[in-house]
Amino acid sequence: MQDFAQQFTIALGLIFTGDPELWAIVLLSLKVSVWAVFIASLIGMPLGAGLAVGRFPGRRALIVLINALMGLPPVVVGLLVYLMLSRSGPLGVLQLLYTPTAMIIAQVVLVTPIIAALTRQVVETLAVEYDEQLRSLGVSRLSSVPVLLWDGRLALMTALLAGFGRAIAEVGAVIIVGGNINHVTRVMTTTIALETSKGNLALALALGAVLIALAVSVTGAVSVLSLRGERQGVGHA
Amino acid sequence: MRDFSVMTDHPTLSVRGLSIVRDGKALLGVDYLDLDGPGPTIILGPNGAGKSLLLRCLHGLITPDRGTVTQGGQVLTDKVRAGQAMVFQRPVLLRRTVAGNLDFVLRRRGLSRSARRAECEELLAQGGLSDKARQSARSLSGGEAQRLAILRALACKPSVLFLDEPTSALDPQATQEIEQMVLRASDQGLRVVMVTHDIGQARRLARDVVVMHGGRVVEQGLAAQMFAAPQSGMTRRFLSGGLMV
Repeated sequence: MQDFAQQFTIALGLIFTGDPELWAIVLLSLKVSVWAVFIASLIGMPLGAGLAVGRFPGRRALIVLINALMGLPPVVVGLLVYLMLSRSGPLGVLQLLYTPTAMIIAQVVLVTPIIAALTRQVVETLAVEYDEQLRSLGVSRLSSVPVLLWDGRLALMTALLAGFGRAIAEVGAVIIVGGNINHVTRVMTTTIALETSKGNLALALALGAVLIALAVSVTGAVSVLSLRGERQGVGHA
Repeated sequence: MRDFSVMTDHPTLSVRGLSIVRDGKALLGVDYLDLDGPGPTIILGPNGAGKSLLLRCLHGLITPDRGTVTQGGQVLTDKVRAGQAMVFQRPVLLRRTVAGNLDFVLRRRGLSRSARRAECEELLAQGGLSDKARQSARSLSGGEAQRLAILRALACKPSVLFLDEPTSALDPQATQEIEQMVLRASDQGLRVVMVTHDIGQARRLARDVVVMHGGRVVEQGLAAQMFAAPQSGMTRRFLSGGLMV
């Protein structure tokens, strides 16, 4: 118990003295996850909105597929991305394996279905409500997409934050494609796993605390946005 | 105050052989109907008479199984429909500010920023909503929301304005404000076609009336004549407050 308390004290010291190794890992984690969510939103939001307002054969099946992909096992995604990026894989020539870019790709695969599925729900709810009004105003189905995305912006922010929560807490896929290389691809989750196995609990605890703080901040931001949207009736589906 | 007299010549709305059937049940069957003159035209009838369905067909929101709708002799192309606007029973306001709802329509008309601002201010003043311009549209009261919906419809610069029971959920004060807006728009030359099941409202607003029941037009004529001497037994029963089943 005394040892645990000691480790915890050291962990707090690492956080509050601005330990360069710790904060480099935190920054890399944030960089990878923010890029992943940004790219996933560029794919997922139009995809979700298209599924919400589009009418085409196979739409239902695609919605079921996207919903199912929300629960993709990260290690399987890691394995598939690994196979794609490995030297003998179709994208091996790009030499991206064991780089932050590979980790971003894996997280994009994991996060895109979440953002697409949540976007579809938000936009579809709004589309049903706005349907006659927008048609009355002469807004075509295609032109309605930016209107619906804008008017659902607070709810969509929730989707983005949910995607970010998934990305920042992810470990299985990034450890496979990133390799957990010190100062190159070592992020918070992979470092926690490694340092715990080594018995270096101080760094693991410090990173865990930062990770929890981030997760709580994300959840708090989602709640605040939702409450604000409900209160103001602006940008909330 | 905006002047609509320059933008309309009261185009005739014509319906020929209109029919909508769902699950073997005829929801709408209007063989012949011309809505001409300055209006306001009130489409009157009990619930389920097909009033709102007819209004949606006139506005091109619903494509009938059979029949045609024309405005000024032209079928309802996007260009013709651009000259129409509709206000719904439950106002559907965008999740933006009050001014933002008007700006959305004004922007679609391709107006410059300064022209949009000027017209927005004018419309808000007309609807008594100037002090709420920056407020979220979703936080307005029922009457204010419906007034904003009407202002937004007017911002389209339509020649025909359809209103589908716009006061059915409002108190008398809010109803009076909406009716004044409708009459003002009609007085300024806008062709108004409004659905209601409120006989008192029809008496207050209508120049001409179309009475519907069971998806069919049972009587049409000038309001003064119809209220004084209804020709159809169905209309007489409805106007006398009888149950229409």
